[in-house]
Amino acid sequence: MNTQRAAWLFLAPALMVLGLFFLLPVFAALLLSLTDYDLYALADVGNLRFVALGNYWELLHRPLFWSALGNTFYFVVIGVPLSLMASLGAALLLHSPLARMKPFFRTALFAPVVTTVVAVAVIWRYLFNTKYGLVNYALGSIGIHPVDWLGDPHWAMPTIILFAVWKNFGYNMIIFLAGLQAIPGDLYEAARIDGASAPRQFWHITLPMLKPTLSMVGILTVAGYFQLFAEPYVMTEGGPLQSTVSVLYLMYEEGFKWWNLGSASAVAFLLFVIMFAVTATMFRLSRRGDEA
Amino acid sequence: MNARLAKAMINGLLIGVAIVALLPLLWMLSVSFMTPGEASSLPPPLLPKQATWANYRELFTHAGMARYLLNSLLVSTAITALALAINLMAGYAFAKLRFAGRERLFQVLLGALVIPAQVAMLPLFLLLKYLGLVNSYAGVIVPAMATIFGIFLVRQYARTVPDELLEAARIDGASELRIFVQIVLPLLKPIMVTLAIFTFLAAWNDFMWPLIVLTGQEHYTLPIALASLSREHVQDSELMMAGSVVTVLPVLLLFLALQRYYLQGLLLGSVKG
Repeated sequence: MNTQRAAWLFLAPALMVLGLFFLLPVFAALLLSLTDYDLYALADVGNLRFVALGNYWELLHRPLFWSALGNTFYFVVIGVPLSLMASLGAALLLHSPLARMKPFFRTALFAPVVTTVVAVAVIWRYLFNTKYGLVNYALGSIGIHPVDWLGDPHWAMPTIILFAVWKNFGYNMIIFLAGLQAIPGDLYEAARIDGASAPRQFWHITLPMLKPTLSMVGILTVAGYFQLFAEPYVMTEGGPLQSTVSVLYLMYEEGFKWWNLGSASAVAFLLFVIMFAVTATMFRLSRRGDEA
Repeated sequence: MNARLAKAMINGLLIGVAIVALLPLLWMLSVSFMTPGEASSLPPPLLPKQATWANYRELFTHAGMARYLLNSLLVSTAITALALAINLMAGYAFAKLRFAGRERLFQVLLGALVIPAQVAMLPLFLLLKYLGLVNSYAGVIVPAMATIFGIFLVRQYARTVPDELLEAARIDGASELRIFVQIVLPLLKPIMVTLAIFTFLAAWNDFMWPLIVLTGQEHYTLPIALASLSREHVQDSELMMAGSVVTVLPVLLLFLALQRYYLQGLLLGSVKG
């Protein structure tokens, strides 16, 4: 009885904060997306009108929404596998009994993760500068012509993907490393006695044993990469030719530059629905794989 | 022979990856000490001809960097202190105090994790505008005072606290608050450090929400100030690199000092509930 009351008192601050500043706004966003809330409504709520699914309908007919969605999928579909491969590769290197100075390397490879996105995005903008950037200079020294990394619509998104891989691979590397350490050593021992080569050990022991970790990390990374925003904001401002406008970038501009809060809420909700559908599908596929 | 080759290859690859990971950060540090304009020459210099503090001086005297640094410190410290207190209480309640509907409530919170924070941002802005908190420190701090992730982390850890300890204290007539402060909190110290560093880093590096809610320069945190400076000073790479150093260095040092706790939290948080 007494602990019952104490429990609610202990929970009250957290539930109030989460309820008032997260769950309530989420429901409000759903309602907001059904209205034409804009600059006029911001000045006087009397100007607010209910438009049902009008915002969604309009969005689906707007080329910019589709290109933002396409750009975001591009970032996710290419960026996530590249990130996971980089993380797994780094984890395998660190896990190898032959590796020296492991604590140093682990810290060094993890360092980009704790840095501030905005600050390191600014660094990359200069490193990938067409004229004076180190990257083009290094490529030039092996005879490759300068690439207009952030100014060419074909190259801007790949550059952002490279940036994201560099910034994030250390995070999943740590999780993979823990997963690798949990695989019993005698499995490899037995494989070695049977004469299995290193690649065969990787395919038949490491990957299957790591599968639960892989699917969890994959789902979380996909969810994270759908939320692309700061990178294009700092590196390209959505350009060139809107080739790096992500869904969240569109939501930000729609909501806080043009103050179309109703239609921006619809963008946010569509992103949520798409993310949910994709991650839920991944989850079900990974479950089905387990049963088989 | 073969083993020696494998060893050289693995360590060589590790050195290569470490260079890729660290080079941008070292380059940032080096360029921040160059004289204005020096980095924009060919071939691109790796080290300053003559190291100078000029960019830092310029940032702090003319670009208001001291103010932004203090803003960041203030906001991140306040968020860390408040979130720590609130998440610890809630996480402990979910782990150790019995009450009707506990499991269901926790499931609801976990379920809400699938909702991206950005969905809430537009109405949240209107709510804070109504409360008069837009363009104030409180506008950044208040929504970050509790996190589902933090509660989850504390709950996972607090479940290892033995029930007998709490029961014995209850029989002795200790109040629930006293049990929490005198018995539970000392046992939760490791997770407190982990949660504190996680929260501080997230608050320091946060970009989208402060960008939305801070409309005037006087309250800018470092990332927002840096983004806005970088749009003004596109050509001044030396100045911008100094700004990046000021932004990145505090969190990098904090991480280096407490990385054991940080990595532990990362693994705890990624375990399926």
